[in-house]
Amino acid sequence: MAFSIEVNHVKHTVDVDGDMPLLWVLRDELNLKGSKFGCGAGLCGACTVHLDGHAVRSCIMPISAVGNAAVATIEGMADHAVGKKLQAAWLELDVPQCGYCQAGQIMSATDLLGKNPHPTDADIDAAMAGNVCRCCSYTRIRAGIKKAALSRSTSAR
Amino acid sequence: MRPMFAKRTRAEADAAPDALVSRRVFLKAGAAVGGGLLLHAVLPPAVRGAMAAPAEAGSLNAFIRIAPDNVVWIMSKNPEIGQGIKTMLPMVIAEELDADWSDVRITQAPLDQARFGRQFAGGSMATPLNYDPLRRVGAAGRQMLVTAAARQWGVPVAECTTGSGAVAHAKSGRSARYGELAAAAAKLPVPDLASVTLKDPKTFKIIGRRIPGVDNPKIVTGQPLFGIDVDVPGMLYAVFEKCPVFGGKLKSANIDALKALPGVRDAFIVRASEANPGGDPQGVADGVAIVATRWWLASKARAKLEATWDEGPVAAQSSAGFAAKAKELAKGEPDSYLRRDGDVTGTLKAAAHRVEASYAYPFLSHLDLEPQNCTAHFHDGKITFWAPTQNPGPGAKLVAATLGISERDITVNMTRVGGGFGRRLRNDFMAEAAWISKQVGAPVKLLWNRQDDMRHDFYRPAGFHFFRAGLDNDGKLIAFADHFVTVGRRGTPADSANMDPNEFPAQLVADLEYGQSVIGSGVPTGPMRAPRSNALGFAFQSFIDELAHHAGRDPVDFRLALLGEPRVLVNSTGRPNALRDFDTGRMAAVLRKVADVSGWRDRAALPPRSGKGVAFYFSHLGYFAEVVQASVAISGDVKIDHVWVVADVGSQIVNPSGAEQQVQGAALDGIGQALGQAVTIDRGRVVEANFDAVLPLRINQAPPVEVQFLATDHPPTGLGEPGLPPVIPALCNAIFAATGKRIRTLPIDAAMLKA
Repeated sequence: MAFSIEVNHVKHTVDVDGDMPLLWVLRDELNLKGSKFGCGAGLCGACTVHLDGHAVRSCIMPISAVGNAAVATIEGMADHAVGKKLQAAWLELDVPQCGYCQAGQIMSATDLLGKNPHPTDADIDAAMAGNVCRCCSYTRIRAGIKKAALSRSTSAR
Repeated sequence: MRPMFAKRTRAEADAAPDALVSRRVFLKAGAAVGGGLLLHAVLPPAVRGAMAAPAEAGSLNAFIRIAPDNVVWIMSKNPEIGQGIKTMLPMVIAEELDADWSDVRITQAPLDQARFGRQFAGGSMATPLNYDPLRRVGAAGRQMLVTAAARQWGVPVAECTTGSGAVAHAKSGRSARYGELAAAAAKLPVPDLASVTLKDPKTFKIIGRRIPGVDNPKIVTGQPLFGIDVDVPGMLYAVFEKCPVFGGKLKSANIDALKALPGVRDAFIVRASEANPGGDPQGVADGVAIVATRWWLASKARAKLEATWDEGPVAAQSSAGFAAKAKELAKGEPDSYLRRDGDVTGTLKAAAHRVEASYAYPFLSHLDLEPQNCTAHFHDGKITFWAPTQNPGPGAKLVAATLGISERDITVNMTRVGGGFGRRLRNDFMAEAAWISKQVGAPVKLLWNRQDDMRHDFYRPAGFHFFRAGLDNDGKLIAFADHFVTVGRRGTPADSANMDPNEFPAQLVADLEYGQSVIGSGVPTGPMRAPRSNALGFAFQSFIDELAHHAGRDPVDFRLALLGEPRVLVNSTGRPNALRDFDTGRMAAVLRKVADVSGWRDRAALPPRSGKGVAFYFSHLGYFAEVVQASVAISGDVKIDHVWVVADVGSQIVNPSGAEQQVQGAALDGIGQALGQAVTIDRGRVVEANFDAVLPLRINQAPPVEVQFLATDHPPTGLGEPGLPPVIPALCNAIFAATGKRIRTLPIDAAMLKA
């Protein structure tokens, strides 16, 4: 059946079963490969995207449940006020190792900084514990979030 | 059942130590397309190591191409699995070329071992095998560019200097960018690589700089890079269900019903007897392939699969059974001895203190975050791959055997790899994708789900150690015995389930023996980050800590006394082998340093139920000593407060940013294993299926990891693996310091640590 979906401010129509997870709609119908498949069960966060600005695990979100919500993915973060700061911090601090989880990390971190511009270590732990980095680049993920938070407050002044 | 141990494939770590001292290199040059300079370095075939399987024919090559617009193209030969090789090896070439890093662009090489030499990511071997040869490749390029400039200007070569991608002649005030000189340089004879002039490391501008990963811009913007991201026109998607029991055979499946499901283009039974008649443990197993227009549709169809299996003899095996069998075997004599020095029995009898303890560790899965996958296109008797593999050469051989075609008809494009950790040294996913693509006559992307990935791994083998040791009245270790019970078949340990007879403290205790017994097992095993060492480090360095405690000595001092005077302990073959010869002085130095930086001597000031533990381990040519500080809650939950690592990996860290990441990652990886990871075998199959049962380390569990490198006058060596082994015993020893309770079985059981 046909579904209308808005991804990174662009409207699409896809003809798929209603139980197809948003992840596979993004990856295999819309050819947006940035969101990653890791566990298929919402346990690793590699598939994290935003629905109306809130981080969700797209591997367990059926397309039929998306409705009119605006979807944002890693491919849209270069145009996102917070997302682009995080991308810049990730580059500056050389955060990735294999890099497979990092799209999901940035999407969760963008959600965090949107709600809490100056997170403490405990805030970061709570918000980011759903995102597995198998290479354990956690020290730099934490530093990247703090750097982005700082650069936001600096540029806001 | 599938023969699991048909032929031992030694861990790639054991490859080619002789090549470490090989300095003979040859170089050919030719004009690159577009008139630039192309350097083609050819080293002699990799020389095989003392204990390695025969090395593949091939040679080490590197390419440099300089375009007229000054862009320096450097070929990266090895698979990038997150270890940073695609950045690090080109840095070495660019340094000696005296290029400007901002002019450098990097291309991933395809599999072509005739041109590039061995192409693999394993054993932390990229630095030791490539550092010197690739410096020479860069230096030869620089020399050709200088010669071209000197001829054009009619000045002596010796008066020309280079810097930031240009040649200059100070006296005449002339200079030229490399791009202007490349065409002329390409026509010059190639210098002898053995005699090119290398830079004084003090003048390095690129080596030693923190340089971010070259793929980072694509990673943070979500551009396609990984195997799972490959998209080929006309591509179909495949899933493949195998018997949950290792070695099981398919009896029947509802193929016709599957074929009628939405999106399904084909469904068929795969027989190992046809696809893998040789019974290669990495080859295709019995199963059902479902090919559809979308992966999601193939997966949905799979949910309707009704298959019956002949589970075979492995169905009788279990982790609990292995543990019981190990206990039983420990009561008797070992099957064999790896080494037997002096008179352990006599010395133990006479010892003032005798200590006995048994240690156990479980099977582990690699947990690569990118599930195993591979895209293959078979057409006209040839096949092309887009494969996230750590080891494409053996992959091509496996596919040649699977399809009965020549390796010449196999093209392997290497994608970036979303986590290797040794899992992708085995190429079963390539063989499966090849078979399925050939059956359906179309390009196919085979993608496993998480359950497939966790249940069809080549696991870190489980193992058991039954230690006995004797101390004299002064607390000196005078006798040491290990009865190592491992898994394997017919008396031979499984892949990566073996132990080296040189395991510490061999040669440091006169009366010492290592016995070995093998439990029959059909569980597939293979190398995992720091193979063998990741488990042996836990058992040996924890037991050594017990001995220090019984001796009434400080754990650092006890180890220093054991190491003794600085000297190299040559391995038991008597033939020097850098991978197995142990330098007590290098280890003592990193141990002293880590005690320093971690505040070891002040640890009495820690609060109750907090403690520091120490351990060291030598593997993959690297000397690592680590201290962990941990706190144990009343509930028994363990919190790791801090980790200190001191490492000696030789004279030069090529990329400090990547190096620090590898060591931090390895240490945290080990902590994750210790806290929450085990793969349980029951009825011949893996019980766990996802990240709710095998727990990857998460950010809220990750302590700060401080890393220091001790620069020494030794050749630079690798960092992907050797940081892992010491962290697990250091953590367990910290828990003992905090609670008085010994962790002798992994993973750590918090219930046992309740106050």
